[in-house]
Amino acid sequence: MCDTCGCTQPDDAVTIRKPEDAHIHEHTHADGHSHTHEHPHASGQDHTDPHAHDHSHDHDHTHDHSHPHTHDHEGRSIAVETDILQKNNLLAERNRGYFEAKNILALNLVSSPGSGKTSLLERTIRELSGRMAINVIEGDQQTMNDANRIQAAGAPVVQVNTGNGCHLDSDMVHRAVKQLQPADDSVLMIENVGNLVCPSLFDLGESQRVVIMSITEGEDKPLKYPNMFRSSQVCIINKMDLLPHLDFDLEKAKEYALQVNHHLQFIELSVKTGEGFDAWLQWLEQRTKK
Amino acid sequence: MHELSIAEQILDIANEYSERENVKAVQEIELEIGSLSGIEVDALTFALDVVTKNTVLHNAKVTIIDVPARARCESCSHEFLLEDFFSPCPECGAFQTETIQGQELRVKSLIVNDG
Repeated sequence: MCDTCGCTQPDDAVTIRKPEDAHIHEHTHADGHSHTHEHPHASGQDHTDPHAHDHSHDHDHTHDHSHPHTHDHEGRSIAVETDILQKNNLLAERNRGYFEAKNILALNLVSSPGSGKTSLLERTIRELSGRMAINVIEGDQQTMNDANRIQAAGAPVVQVNTGNGCHLDSDMVHRAVKQLQPADDSVLMIENVGNLVCPSLFDLGESQRVVIMSITEGEDKPLKYPNMFRSSQVCIINKMDLLPHLDFDLEKAKEYALQVNHHLQFIELSVKTGEGFDAWLQWLEQRTKK
Repeated sequence: MHELSIAEQILDIANEYSERENVKAVQEIELEIGSLSGIEVDALTFALDVVTKNTVLHNAKVTIIDVPARARCESCSHEFLLEDFFSPCPECGAFQTETIQGQELRVKSLIVNDG
């Protein structure tokens, strides 16, 4: 709850909205400082309607017999045999079918926080402006900051705030896509919550999963977080301009990543200087060719 | 902590089956968790404790059946037990292996008492 105006926006609520729908409150305090905060609009929220109704039965049971024997209270087993992620996986397949039918290339971008996912998207949008229609779903626990950056770079964007959630799931993507309405033959970039653990288990319906690591991180990241590297198809190694200043062993990092997933394809680049960026743009263009 | 969303999915599945079978309370739930599924069992049991309060799974015993991971070597077809995703084939030393078991996340059964 906002301490200043008392509005209730629980921390754990998932909100999905476009930057223009974020409703900014500004408060000015007596001491002259001010702060802003956001509200989701009703249109960006799902409402769940609990349909409660009561039953009453009005008939008597009279039992007039005794049980002289003892019951053996051993439980009955109900076979379930169901994948725990079934619901997420089914909805992910629906998303995938929708993307395929509309010829949309959907990429799930995963990484630890600070590896440069949003900067990569900003540069990609600017460089491909007029050549490729790019839509973005931004996933973060809180704030519209990334959506604002993407909008400023010139792409339609929907921000998903997961509240306390540590990853996007296929239902959030499904709902965000309904708001975004990406055109046929476009690209959908889904920037997952910065976290190398949790998003690995949740299929969003993407065509490819792209893991981004930066060379300011340790080269053993692939060994420490193998599930994420195992489930990705492409690995972008970012901040290559810093290589002369760091002890990062690039060959070792790739070797570790290949031990975890020998199908992984690498793209080395620097979002800041543009070094190696053409390889990434070419990779995108190859995949969006009809 | 994705175990929380996993626990919520487990509760959804338990609710669905309990409604279908007209069960009020579950005594025990059996889960099959692969050793390389990406789930921390302690975190999962903690999360289950939290999300199952006042539900059909309240106080239900949680039995975790560990499914060991197995891989098949793409070079020599040898099958072996896998402790992590980056161990080479013990026969030929190749890293080109495919995981064939150990990523399971399943609700196996519910044990209920109708008496």
